[in-house]
Amino acid sequence: MGLLSKKDANLILDPLADNNPITIQVLGICSALAITAELKASIVMAVSVLFVLGIGNVVISLMRNIIPSKIRIIVQLVVVAALVIIVDQVLKAYAYELSKTLSVFVGLIITNCIIMGRFEAFALGNGPWRSFLDGIGNAAGYGLILIIVGFFRELLGSGTLLGFKVLGDPIEKTGLYAIGYENNGFMLLSPMALIVVGIIIWIQRSRNKALIED
Amino acid sequence: MGLKQNLHNFREKNKDKKWLPAFSAIHTFLFLPNETTHNGTHIKAADDLKRTMNTVIMAMVPCLIFGMFNAGYQHYLAFGEIQQATGGFLSSEFWTLDNFLVGFWKVIPLVIVSYVVGLAIEILFAIKNNHEVEEGYLVTGMLVPLIVPIDTPLWMLAVAVAFGVVIGKEVFGGTGMNILNPALTIRAFLFFAYPTWMSGDKVWVHGAVEQDQLIAAGQNVDAISGETILGSLAQGKSVAYDVMDMFYGLIPGSVGETSTLLILLGALFLIFTKIGSWRIMLSSVIGALVMGLIFNGVVSSGWITESSKFYGLMSTEFWHHLLIGGFAFGTVFMATDPVTASQTTKGKWIYGFLVGFISIMIRVFNPAYPEGVMLAILLMNVFAPTIDHYVVQGNVKKRMKRLKAKVA
Repeated sequence: MGLLSKKDANLILDPLADNNPITIQVLGICSALAITAELKASIVMAVSVLFVLGIGNVVISLMRNIIPSKIRIIVQLVVVAALVIIVDQVLKAYAYELSKTLSVFVGLIITNCIIMGRFEAFALGNGPWRSFLDGIGNAAGYGLILIIVGFFRELLGSGTLLGFKVLGDPIEKTGLYAIGYENNGFMLLSPMALIVVGIIIWIQRSRNKALIED
Repeated sequence: MGLKQNLHNFREKNKDKKWLPAFSAIHTFLFLPNETTHNGTHIKAADDLKRTMNTVIMAMVPCLIFGMFNAGYQHYLAFGEIQQATGGFLSSEFWTLDNFLVGFWKVIPLVIVSYVVGLAIEILFAIKNNHEVEEGYLVTGMLVPLIVPIDTPLWMLAVAVAFGVVIGKEVFGGTGMNILNPALTIRAFLFFAYPTWMSGDKVWVHGAVEQDQLIAAGQNVDAISGETILGSLAQGKSVAYDVMDMFYGLIPGSVGETSTLLILLGALFLIFTKIGSWRIMLSSVIGALVMGLIFNGVVSSGWITESSKFYGLMSTEFWHHLLIGGFAFGTVFMATDPVTASQTTKGKWIYGFLVGFISIMIRVFNPAYPEGVMLAILLMNVFAPTIDHYVVQGNVKKRMKRLKAKVA
């Protein structure tokens, strides 16, 4: 990364792996369980959070010296809410079906702990450029897990990826279905999303023992 | 030098090989190891973990063999090739070689898949974590084929066993550390993942699914309905089986769970050998009867009309609940699992009672899946440590009071 100093690059790279908001900080689990049954929804959610957190972090960072600390949570909420409404309206205008799938969960980005967490922990104490990188990094770490979970849940649960029937047609009995394969309905239920996240955490921590807490 | 010494020497020679746990698992299954503890004070008892597990398996063997006969019997009965058995448990129509062979060839693959997949994963984890293979899977491996429908595809069973052993047991630290009963975890996984193979009226009789597919393909054959008793009751249909058939187990159902008589035999064996807790079994039966009586009371006091979707199961006589479905099997072989059940004496009463109570409640209120015992036991597995905690705390409090009274 020639563009960024090593310290700045780590703002983006750390949340992708060793300081991932979902698997290490265990934040934002709620939406990770709710909307990952389809890969498409996961991707849209990831992009939405990327937008909200990237811009939000910059805005909060710019205002950090003028926000009275007693009402900072309210100010943060207003900023997130404004950004979320923009995302919500854009989705409704250009991807109505998808916005119905995501339903309340776009609105609930407001309460996503990752966003408030980054505002509190980072944007309030750092300049706009670094806050932007931090926001992008954390949102990407969140989105990465969402996409991995969405990939496995859609592939094993519905036999499709982004809506394409990659494993064959379950009704026509083509592809894998011809030899008796069946979709795993459990994958579409939220408990299985938790288990998939758990397995990712398991793999990650067994590869890097330093992450294991006592 | 005998075989035993040879095996021992072989083990000594390969002491630091990675695959040794796999070898010693099989070795100690067949022979007692040569080395024993030499110093310190130990309680000596013949019933180590392996003996305990083997006793449970022995208690299940009658159910397994009966299950094979029953699979064939239900198959031929549904296809109209034999008459309904009229002679009760010892009917000559039931105990035929034909029945046995059909069941044998269907059940043995289930047993093999269950053991091969389960043990392979156990051995893999043992090698990876450098510990001996524990015997925890012996019982689970035998329970699994007994609690699935006869026509369960083998690959599904393999997937479910892999899931159950890894997520239900190994992530918690292996045998003895698991929160949920692994066999029930496997069954719950099958149920939620492949509901069409675990419920409905096609899967309980061998051949019914194939027949259904032939009909779908346009062939002129008769459809087979092998509804379980619970299934019929949940839909408000009348039941064609008499009470003794239910008790003997001449009814469709999962492989080894139908015969209440043989489960009772297994229960007595477990209680006699002090392996299974009679407190849990008894309190669970009491819990089921209480819930059944409450529902019967609701029906007889006219709070619910025949048009209600709960009517069929609510109006079932309370003690019939003990005979139908997997209640008896679950209570005797799964609720008593010493790892996942409550450990304290008082806790066992509470735990067992709630297992029975909730089983019947789920049966009645969940017509989509009228078998509550699986979910009830899993639920109570989760609560077992909490129950124990409060029982222990209660005891501590009681003794503290006694201490204070003495001091004062």
